Amino acid sequence: MHDQPVAALDIKGLAKTFDRPAVDGLDLSVRAGEFYCLLGPNGAGKTTTLRMVAGLLRPDAGEISIFGVDALRDPVEAKRVTAWVSDEPMIYDKLTPFEYLEFVAGLWSIDATEAESRARDLIGWLGLEPHAHERCGGFSKGMRQKVALAGALVHDPKLIILDEPLTGLDAGSARIVKDVLLQRVRKGVTIIMTTHILEVAERMAERIGVIDKGRLIANGTLDELRGRAGREGTTLEEIFLDLVAEQDQAA
Amino acid sequence: MMQPATLPWFVRHELALAWRDWFSMMTAGKPGRGLIVAVSLVILAAFLHVLAYGLVAHYADVGDNPGKTTLVVVTGCALLSWSLMLSQAMESVTRAFYARADLDLILSSPASSRRIFALRIAAIAVSTVLLAILVTGPVINVLALSGGVRWLSAYGVVIAMGATAAALAVALTVALFRLIGPQRTRLIAQIVAAIVGAVFVIGVQAAAIVMYGSISRITFLSSDFASSIAPDTNSLFWLPARAALGDQAALAVTVIFSLALLFTAIAIFSTRFGEHATAAAGIAETRVRQSRKSGFRAISARRALRHKEWVLLRRDPWLVSQTLMQIFYLLPPALLLWRNYGSDTGALTILVPVTVMAAGQLSGGLAWLAVSGEDAPDLVRTAPISPRAIIMAKIEAVLGAVAVVMAPLLIAICFASLRIALMAALGIAASAASATAIQLWFRAQAKRSQFRRRQTSSRVATFAEAFSSISWAATAGMLAAGTPFAIGGAAVSLVILALTWTISPSRGAD
Repeated sequence: MHDQPVAALDIKGLAKTFDRPAVDGLDLSVRAGEFYCLLGPNGAGKTTTLRMVAGLLRPDAGEISIFGVDALRDPVEAKRVTAWVSDEPMIYDKLTPFEYLEFVAGLWSIDATEAESRARDLIGWLGLEPHAHERCGGFSKGMRQKVALAGALVHDPKLIILDEPLTGLDAGSARIVKDVLLQRVRKGVTIIMTTHILEVAERMAERIGVIDKGRLIANGTLDELRGRAGREGTTLEEIFLDLVAEQDQAA
Repeated sequence: MMQPATLPWFVRHELALAWRDWFSMMTAGKPGRGLIVAVSLVILAAFLHVLAYGLVAHYADVGDNPGKTTLVVVTGCALLSWSLMLSQAMESVTRAFYARADLDLILSSPASSRRIFALRIAAIAVSTVLLAILVTGPVINVLALSGGVRWLSAYGVVIAMGATAAALAVALTVALFRLIGPQRTRLIAQIVAAIVGAVFVIGVQAAAIVMYGSISRITFLSSDFASSIAPDTNSLFWLPARAALGDQAALAVTVIFSLALLFTAIAIFSTRFGEHATAAAGIAETRVRQSRKSGFRAISARRALRHKEWVLLRRDPWLVSQTLMQIFYLLPPALLLWRNYGSDTGALTILVPVTVMAAGQLSGGLAWLAVSGEDAPDLVRTAPISPRAIIMAKIEAVLGAVAVVMAPLLIAICFASLRIALMAALGIAASAASATAIQLWFRAQAKRSQFRRRQTSSRVATFAEAFSSISWAATAGMLAAGTPFAIGGAAVSLVILALTWTISPSRGAD
């Protein structure tokens, strides 16, 4: 009998209802070291799913396991290896990027010397060096997103969850963010990302999941999705639109 | 049909915005609360009238020819209110300068920006007057009811005071702008506003304490000394007081003079208002550099949270001015302590409730900032720390800051009476802990910049915080006085807390 490698994320029967079901019995598994993109139309349940994985929302039902740790029973242990980046970078206007990273390192109880070295590297990679000791209050959206991303990486997580991280970024900033993420994947980090920019998913993701009305309606590599759609060489955009239209008709 | 971009058109637009803003503030943005708000306002007005009746009705009959003491008391009370009005107007002008809101739209439109900025300065005067009328209205009505309709002319004086306060506030803020630039003006103007609001109120109280050992301002204003240093009764200085007492000629001069002052300020400053507002908006893009030489410090998650809260508090200009206000209001009790040092401890017991009350109010504000005003809630909640540890760190940050502010006064009381210092410390701890607990029970995610509106997001929390601070202040005062009624005070405080907990959303969430 082979030992199954532990999945980075294993979701079973996940459900959350607000005024209507937002996530409806979702099953999803993401392998360790994988770049996984979660796609779906507005209101499909992507953000709700990821917020539950990050421990920001309590599910009504289901199980979430992060690297074998039950995230609902032992959230602190699961959070230790996880990082969350949202589309609206939440940072402190009155702290500098350097102070922000020191704060994050403190929250994750990372060794100060190691954290400082990582922080300096990240500040350099993300082009924040000239602004490292300026308060974040006057930063542009792109710079704020870079600071938030640096915060997510400074504690060296094994799983990074990003909700629309490229929204509102200029081409240069988006390129830097994408490069940093790909570099992390090469080092074995698992990335789960939602995006509305399908070209990004097409080029970066190893596997893609499509979610609609709280359910996973397709899951696989781009070629597997093409095979399912029965159209060789078709773009992800066409596949996505077909899948969502199919789902709408079925509903 | 109204002609667009004319003054009446702008007035209608501004009134519609102001009304919606006010209504949303009063109803906390929840629809269907209009009737509740209306009924609450009527009850509040009735309560304020009853309160005013008890306080001022017996002063209403001043005779046909008021003496110097009456003029001094009326002028003193008017100046007390005016300093607060000036403070509020400065706050409003600073906000108008720094709130970006529709600035881009106004300045990029072909409409006359001078016209709309003139209107906004006038609106500051109107809002200052309306707020002053809310507070002084019941007093004026009671005086008119008890001493005759001539007191109603005090409303005219309130309007004149609002107009001069707005005119001076605009002039002062613009002067600061030109002297120290937009970057520093925001902080300095807020601090100046706080000082202006407090200095006269505290100054008169300080004089009463030093000269008569009394904390009452009226004691000083009605004293022979105040009369002896005041100008002669036929001086123009008494015009506003005479106007308030029903002298129609004095009223006409006072109102015309102050409106002329306001119109002059509008004429002078409305042209450059847009320029200043644009400069103020530009500072959002200005980067503030922090000098930092040391590397990362090895700290625990709880300590990181505490440290972050203290850094954010220290770097928050609005909070600096708010904290300054709390410290200012502790000056009179400190003065009373100094005056009675070494004498009997009777006067010291007056200090205890004031100190406890101030601690409760300070804690409530700080707790809101730390608990509800968390700007990166997702970051903190996704960190590997238990929610309990997060809350504990925030409570420690709040109580630590309160301790730093209160410690000097407590240490001073220690030298005068160890027993009273202990009672004050107990009261401060209870009041601060209660205010913090109430903020925790009613926490609702908000931006730190919404601090000014924290009272309107939950009125139950605001009232509970105030009642809790008052009852702990009374309890500590009674403890210091050695009366067994303190047990009753403590029981009332605990009942207030229990009731607040029962109706808090936190309980529902469990």
